[in-house]
Amino acid sequence: MLKFILRRIAQSVLVIFVIITVTFFMVRFAPGDPFSAERKMPEHIKQRLMEHYGLDQPLMVQYGNYLGQLLKGDLGPSFTETRSVNQILKASFPVSLELGGWALLIALCIGLPVGITAAVFRNSFADYFPMAMAMIGICLPTFVLGPILALVFGVWLGWFNVSGWFIPADRVLPALTIGLVYAAFIARITRGGMLEILSQDFIRTAKAKGVPFIRIIVLHTLKGGLLPVISFLGPALAGIISGSFVVETIFQIPGMGREFVSSAFDRDYTLVLGTVILYAVLITAANLLVDIVQVILNPRLRFEDS
Amino acid sequence: MSVKANLSPSEKRLPEATVDLDAIEAGTSLWQDAWHRLKKNHLALISFWVLIFMGVFCFIGPFLSPHDYRSNDLEKTLLSPSLQHPFGTDDLGRDQLTRVMVGGRVSLGVGIIATTVSLLIGITYGATAAYIGGKVDAAMMRVVDVLYALPFTIFVILLMTIFERSIVLLFIVIGAVEWLTMARIVRGQVLSLKKQEFVEAAVSLGYSTRRIILRHIIPNVLGVVVVYATLTVPAVMLLESFLSFLGLGVQPPMPSWGSLIKLGADNIQLFPYLLIIPALFFSVTLFSLNFLGDGLRDALDPKSSKD
Amino acid sequence: MNSLVSCISKASMLFLLAGAGLFLSGCGEGVPNADEAVEQGILLYGNGAEPKTLDPQRATGVTENHIISALIEGLITYHPLDDNLPEPGMAESWESNEDASSWTFRIREDAYWSNGDPVTAQDFVYSYNRMLHPDSPGEYLQMLFMLKNGEEYHRGEVSDFADVGVTALDEKTLQMDLIGPTPYFLNMLKHYSWFPVHGPTIEAHGGMFDMSGEWTLPENFVGNGPFILDEWRPNQFIRVSKSPTYWDRETMRLNAIYFYPVEDDNTENRMFDSGLMHLTSTVPTNDVPVLKETEPDLIHIDDYLGTYFYRFNVTRPPLDNPLVRQAFNLAIDRTAIVEKVALGDQKPAHAFVPAGFNGYPSPDTLGYDPERARQLLAEAGYPNGEGFPELYMLFNTSEGHRKIAEAIVAMWNKNLGINMQLENKEWKVFLDAQSHLDYDICRSGWIGDYMDPITFLEMFTTGNGNNDTGWSNERYDELIAAAFRSGTEEEHFGYLLEAEQILLDELPIAPLYWYTRIYLKDPRVKNWNPKLLDNRPYKYIYLSE
Repeated sequence: MLKFILRRIAQSVLVIFVIITVTFFMVRFAPGDPFSAERKMPEHIKQRLMEHYGLDQPLMVQYGNYLGQLLKGDLGPSFTETRSVNQILKASFPVSLELGGWALLIALCIGLPVGITAAVFRNSFADYFPMAMAMIGICLPTFVLGPILALVFGVWLGWFNVSGWFIPADRVLPALTIGLVYAAFIARITRGGMLEILSQDFIRTAKAKGVPFIRIIVLHTLKGGLLPVISFLGPALAGIISGSFVVETIFQIPGMGREFVSSAFDRDYTLVLGTVILYAVLITAANLLVDIVQVILNPRLRFEDS
Repeated sequence: MSVKANLSPSEKRLPEATVDLDAIEAGTSLWQDAWHRLKKNHLALISFWVLIFMGVFCFIGPFLSPHDYRSNDLEKTLLSPSLQHPFGTDDLGRDQLTRVMVGGRVSLGVGIIATTVSLLIGITYGATAAYIGGKVDAAMMRVVDVLYALPFTIFVILLMTIFERSIVLLFIVIGAVEWLTMARIVRGQVLSLKKQEFVEAAVSLGYSTRRIILRHIIPNVLGVVVVYATLTVPAVMLLESFLSFLGLGVQPPMPSWGSLIKLGADNIQLFPYLLIIPALFFSVTLFSLNFLGDGLRDALDPKSSKD
Repeated sequence: MNSLVSCISKASMLFLLAGAGLFLSGCGEGVPNADEAVEQGILLYGNGAEPKTLDPQRATGVTENHIISALIEGLITYHPLDDNLPEPGMAESWESNEDASSWTFRIREDAYWSNGDPVTAQDFVYSYNRMLHPDSPGEYLQMLFMLKNGEEYHRGEVSDFADVGVTALDEKTLQMDLIGPTPYFLNMLKHYSWFPVHGPTIEAHGGMFDMSGEWTLPENFVGNGPFILDEWRPNQFIRVSKSPTYWDRETMRLNAIYFYPVEDDNTENRMFDSGLMHLTSTVPTNDVPVLKETEPDLIHIDDYLGTYFYRFNVTRPPLDNPLVRQAFNLAIDRTAIVEKVALGDQKPAHAFVPAGFNGYPSPDTLGYDPERARQLLAEAGYPNGEGFPELYMLFNTSEGHRKIAEAIVAMWNKNLGINMQLENKEWKVFLDAQSHLDYDICRSGWIGDYMDPITFLEMFTTGNGNNDTGWSNERYDELIAAAFRSGTEEEHFGYLLEAEQILLDELPIAPLYWYTRIYLKDPRVKNWNPKLLDNRPYKYIYLSE
């Protein structure tokens, strides 16, 4: 297992390097630059700024410089903010991490039990009703659910602040907005995975042998049934933790999701790269984690296969 | 697994030499059986007809409507639903019913085509990686990792400037994004399947890789795939509205359900009907797709025939 | 299996603990709500976006200006009621020579920086040197080309700053010599590009041309305005609090201001509705007519010095034909656009320069005449729009622009019989297309910098970076150049009026309406008066039941 993990980490370094390279050139080729604005900057002043940020040098030289800086852990200055990219990420990532943590907790706490119950009591009310609710969750995109929650619980009932990230209660609405949508996804996928296992022969055999029902579920089906959920969680995890642009905008949260999207719109090259690198590390780590869990849950696989 | 006496038409067209084997191992009647089982599932059947209705409503409806989805009437902006405008009018005085119908064309089109594209790529890619395994698998999955992390917004902006705007490009972009998770899920499933006895048996019988993937592996992951596909459809439909926001996708005055819902969400407090009606159509479509998906999943399940 | 379960439960415990730890560490104190804030004299102000910088010599936007003008005060500051009038700021008195080409300012004795240093004439010399220096990246430095030798110094043709027309006669007396008579100079001085900066602070944090902006962080910032920078939490708020060294602190009644950078206008309005904010920066368009009915005490609509217009690319046929451009202009029902689409009581533009400048008679040229429009289009060779090529109307992605573009295209279709495609693009792609003249027709807007029509008309001179239409007219260029050097206000306005008339005959643009500022205001905010430039002297604002 250790060998497997080490090899995967080595591969991940390569993956991240490829991501950095592709992103670096991709942002440069996108039209517009960090300094274009409705009121145009005089040409010679723009020239001056380009020189200052080293944007006047050949692209390959810039690329080399960037990699050199990166090795020292310096993600460079932001083109649109007073803070450096390191400072921006240091401030915004913990916020998104916390929001993502709560959202994930909500998603799992609702999604798993609902999905399992629905699968076990298949084609009964305990299946249809929660699954219909889950569908509503999937049909309500965050840009609809967020304003609704803010309006109902913030403006009308006055239980929570409609926006902000100051007191503990401010976490509730945004975490719910993200969590409910993911809960719906997880419930659907769990149900599907569980049904797959429940119909397999060894479960029938166990049933026939008179093994208690709960025991069958916990000992025999959960392991296999949750596999698809775990595959889904890999990418979802990175997505949840790196923040959601929509939810952070609606609830005025100083998280990384906003930096992720707005840096792309602003052509803030260094900030784009900074957020992408962080995201890449997260997603590679999440996928690695998922692959490990998959093997643990399914001992028939060996680590060499993954 | 029941083996039906009569072969399905598609099986009959296969070369003589393979007919028998195919009929036995794949269960000739995988698809035929599935159809029989599906017909017994009322919920799925109703859903099927609802979807047919949606299609007719969106694709034929606009021709029957007395209003045009483009023509403004600035004297009649933001009217609540009435007899003349059953769904009300939008902020430029256009008939919302007609716009919901026309918007459905775009969304249903994107939903079906882009999802299919992403499924085809995702399944093939994931199954191949998992089945071959080893270095190939590792390399293929690392490519997926790279694609996951690329900044999507920049990617779209770049594509837009390189290519002319077109609906085909829209499908490609959406397909290119959405197949990644599918590939990971399929891979996970296949990894566990390929250690199971029936696959090992097929391998020992000396069947080709291609044949094992297509005949033995894929039918067994279809259940999970169908479930995930029903989750992909809404994601794809909403992605379309984001792409339109970036300037890709459809341009105004052409609506889509995604853009109508977005407009509604922005006006939720004072003009809730602008949100509720398109959201209702969106949801009903997804519900139906979902129940149909569940029905299909059950119907395709190779083991459920004994139930 | 048991080991697995315990493993999972241990992992989830860890996860929970980590979550709880973050939860506690991430929670600071709350912010005051609207009622508490009124009691404590704190204004909660929705400022629309996160400022990119707080350095007045680097800033370019209204968002930044709202904050900077609380922290730094220029020689002349904003009048509480009328933007045409000067209000004494750092200068307690001033005088000019006969033709208004040389000005002397007396800086008040009790003017101090927030660290206790006195504000001196030398501070202004330092600031203008920093702004005009050949290495300066200040986007607005061209405003200072008014100073004699200012442009030459920036270009490196004059190497000694002592030759530039700004001199400290003594500790508190500042003299400025201009390139020509400038009767509207006092209005220009209100712009933040003329604000002083604190030299020693800047020198201590990287020097004149340091780009990091370190000196603008709360722990370093030194200003001379009514407030000091207290706390800057990016994407959350900027808090400024009353300065103990401000010369007019007796007049001030506010203790602090929170600037909230809320970009989503619906979020902002929910904050207002639930009592978390006193002033919003805007109101969602479709809500305006309803709120005017239901909440007339809360919604405010003020005239604003800006024009919303479309650009024609005159290098592309058939838009190179003035007849076509006139036809397009005549076929726009501006009143309907304002009343039914834009909805914010904007003024239909009958000229390019908004009305409101004292003494400048706005020409009344643009009107709605579909009949005449059809005639002109026929004259241009497209009777009933026949044979007219399919053009693209470009706009940047936004609900408001989308709505107006759709309405205009429908009007042209109805009145002229021509079809046009709409094309929205992401902001930077849009800007790129606009500046490379890679469009047919595109949406634009312009906000005035100071109270003189030249801030609008200058942009259409040949080769101006903001022209972006390909249009060029020799006579127009001459008139603008003459207006910059004219001696009296009458002469100045005369040249400008003639220039604007040329612009309105040739019409490389289609002005639609003059902007308004639409916002919600808590009735407890007092002395918040309508201002054309959206500038408020915060020292007069107060909160009371």
